[in-house]
Amino acid sequence: MLKRLAAWIDDRLGAAAFAEEALNKVFPDHWAFLLGEIAMYCFVVLLATGVFLTFFFDASTAKTVYSGHYAPLNGSQVSSAYSSVMHLSFDIRMGLVIRQIHHWAAVVFIAAIVAHLCRIFFTSAFRRPREINWVLGMTLMILSIFNGFTGYSLPDDLLSGVGLRIAYSIAISIPFIGPWMAFLVFGGKFGSPQIIGRLFIIHVLLIPAAIAGILGAHLAIVWRQKHTQFLIPGAAESNVVGERLWPTYATKSVGLFFGVAAVLSFLGGLVQINPVWLYGPYAAAQVSSPAQPDWYLGWLEGALRLFPAWQFQIFGLEIPNVFLPAIVLPGITFGLLYAWPFIEAWRTGDYAPHHVLDRPRDRPVHTALGMATLSFYAVLLFGGVNDLVAKWFQLPVESVTWTFRIMGIVLPILVGWLTYRLMVALRLDAWERARHAPSPEPVLAAAGAAAGPGSGAARWGLAGFFGAGALGAWRLLRRHRRE
Amino acid sequence: MRGARLAALAFVVSTVASLSLAVVYVLGGQAQLEGTLLGVGLGGLGVGLVAWAKHLMPTGPFVQARKVTLARTGEIEEVAESFEEGAATIGRRRFLARLLAVSLGAFGIAAVFPIRSLGTSPGRQLFHTSWRKGSRAVTDAGQPIRPAELPVDSVLTVFPEGAVGVEDSQTLLIRLPAGDYRPLPGREGWAPDDVVAFSKICTHAGCPVGLYRADTNQLFCPCHQSVFDVLQGAKPAGGPATTALPQLPLDVDGEGYLVARSDYTEPVGPGFWNRNRA
Repeated sequence: MLKRLAAWIDDRLGAAAFAEEALNKVFPDHWAFLLGEIAMYCFVVLLATGVFLTFFFDASTAKTVYSGHYAPLNGSQVSSAYSSVMHLSFDIRMGLVIRQIHHWAAVVFIAAIVAHLCRIFFTSAFRRPREINWVLGMTLMILSIFNGFTGYSLPDDLLSGVGLRIAYSIAISIPFIGPWMAFLVFGGKFGSPQIIGRLFIIHVLLIPAAIAGILGAHLAIVWRQKHTQFLIPGAAESNVVGERLWPTYATKSVGLFFGVAAVLSFLGGLVQINPVWLYGPYAAAQVSSPAQPDWYLGWLEGALRLFPAWQFQIFGLEIPNVFLPAIVLPGITFGLLYAWPFIEAWRTGDYAPHHVLDRPRDRPVHTALGMATLSFYAVLLFGGVNDLVAKWFQLPVESVTWTFRIMGIVLPILVGWLTYRLMVALRLDAWERARHAPSPEPVLAAAGAAAGPGSGAARWGLAGFFGAGALGAWRLLRRHRRE
Repeated sequence: MRGARLAALAFVVSTVASLSLAVVYVLGGQAQLEGTLLGVGLGGLGVGLVAWAKHLMPTGPFVQARKVTLARTGEIEEVAESFEEGAATIGRRRFLARLLAVSLGAFGIAAVFPIRSLGTSPGRQLFHTSWRKGSRAVTDAGQPIRPAELPVDSVLTVFPEGAVGVEDSQTLLIRLPAGDYRPLPGREGWAPDDVVAFSKICTHAGCPVGLYRADTNQLFCPCHQSVFDVLQGAKPAGGPATTALPQLPLDVDGEGYLVARSDYTEPVGPGFWNRNRA
C-alpha cells in the first residue's frame, strides 16, 4: 500500500531521488546543535496552543461587566479582551493550562533562540557560506521578540497596558517621524480603542506567517549547505560525520519535540505565568509596582532605567531621553549583530568557506568580545529589576541604579579581559599537551582530555561542573603566567 | 535490551498519563493535574523515542561527502549570459521601460495612501488635553471636589468632567500643608487652598506617576523610578526623567468646586521632537 502510494507520487513528482538522498542524509550529532531545534519545536507548540486560544479570545476594548468564577473581580468594568481571557482561564476546561503553556512556550522559544545564537557565535558557525542564514536567524529573533510583546499585550491587563504606554512613548520619541508612526500604529493618540484588535492580527497572522516563511528558508539553507560539525575524529571540511536522518536522527528529533512539549506542559501546569487576574484590568490612571516585562525585553527595560537623565536639544528640537536607550541602543545592537559576519571577515581577512567549527578557545579575541557583550546585556537585564534588587537588599533604588551603571562599564571590560586570558591559556595548554602526546591525533586527544569526563566533574552534577571548571581555569591561568 | 525495556516502560507510562488526562477532563478538569499529565504523556513519548533511537537504531558514525563550495565553475557565467540576452531585448524598448518605471512608481505612491487611514494626523493633538477653562476636576466616579474635602498631604487622581478615563487628561491633585507652597513665577494663583494639580503622566516613558511621599513632597514613577519634587513645580529630582510634570492651573468655581483655569500650558507626557514649538 505504502509502496503504491510512493510510486503514485513519484510518477507525478519524480521525488524518489530526493527522498533517497533525504533518508540517507547525515547530520552531525552534538547537544549544542539541538538548541535551534528546541526553538523550532517551541514554535510548533506556540502554533498549536495559539490556535486554541484564538477560538476564545475577543480582541475588543469594548466595555463589559465581568462575571465568572473569579469572585474578586465579579461586577467590575473590564474590556471584552480582558473578560475573554478571564473566561478562558477560569471557565473553559483546559483553557488555563493551554494559555500558560502558550506563554511559557514563548518564553522558552526566545531563550532557545538566544542560546542558539550564542552557540553559532562562539563556534564561529556564521562564516562563509553561512552569512545568509545568520541574517535570517537574526530576523527570526527580532520577529520573535516583537511577537512576544504583542502577545502579552493582548489581554488588556494593567501590567501589559503599562508596557504599551512605554512602547508608545518610545515610538513618539523618534525625531520627525515618531509622532506620525505612533499615531498610525496606535490609530491616534495613546488610548485609542483600535490597538488591541491591531495587535491581535499582527500577533496571530502577520508575524507568525513571516516567522514560518523565514524559518522555512532557514532550514532549507541548512539542508542545502549541510550542517557544520566539530573537529571530531574523521571529520573534515569536505565531509559530514554523524547519524543518518532515517531512522535514527528523525526518531531522536521527534523524541526531542515530545520532550520540549513535555517540559512546556509541566511549566504550564505547575508554574503560574502572567496571572492577569492579579494584575487587574487596564485602567488609564493606574499602574502596578513592581512592573517588569517578559525576560526578552528586560534588557530594554534596564536600559530605560539605567540611562542617565540626559536630554539633548539640537537647533531647538528635542531628542527625548528614551530615544537613546530604547531606539539607538537596540539599533546599534541589532545592526552590529546583522553585520557581524561581514565585519569579522573584513577584520580577519578570512573569506574562506568553513564547515568545521572553531571552539571558543581557538579565537580568543572573538570569544572575549562575545562574552563582554553578553555581560553588558546581562547588566541591563538586571537593571530592569533594580526596584526588586533594592527591595531584596534593603538599599535605596538610586544606589542600586548607580551600581548597575558602573557595572555596565566595568563588567564587560573585566569579563572580556578574563575571557581572553582564559582562552589563550586553554589554547596554550592544548598545544603543550599535544607536543607531549603520543597519540596519532594529538590536538584532538589533548582537547578531549582538557574538557572530557576524566575530570570526574560529571559525577558531582552541575555544581561540580562549575567548581571543577573554575579550579581548572585558575590552574591554567597560573601555569600560563609562570611560562 | 536496556533500551527496549526503557522505551516500553516510557510508552506505557505515557499511555496511562494520557488516559488519566481524559478522566481528569471528564471529571471537570484541574489545571495542575492537566499540566502534569500532559507533561508525563508527552515526556513518555519523548523518552521512549529517544531511548529507542539511541539503543536500538544504527548510530554510525556515518560519513557523507560534502562540497566545500556549492558553486560549479562556469555555471554563473552561463546564467549571466542568458540573463543579459533577455535584458538586451528589453533594453531595446527604452521608452517603454521608462514608462513602466514611471507607472510602477505612481502606483507605489497611490498604494501608500491606505496606510494613511490607519491613524489620525498628530497635528497639534500632542499639545492639548481634554482640560478646558472651567472644566471641573472629577474623580473616576464623576464626583466633583471642594478643596476642603481633600485631607492635607493626600493625593487624588482626577479627570476633567465629561472626559473621565481619557489617557492624556489624568491629573493628580495634592493638598499641601498650609504655607508650604511657593508658586513658580507665572504660576501665582494656580493653587487655591494649597491644592496643586500636576499631570499624572510621567514625562519619561508615559507611565502614571503612581506614588507620593508626603514627608519629602516627592512623586515617584514606579516604572523607571523617576522622582519629581512637588514643591519645586514637580521638576525631576532623580531617575531618568528630564522634564517637570506640567502643572494644571486650578481655580474654584461659584459652587466651591475645583476647576481648571485653562488647559495645560505645555504638552503633557513623554517628549517628542517638536515639543518646545508650542
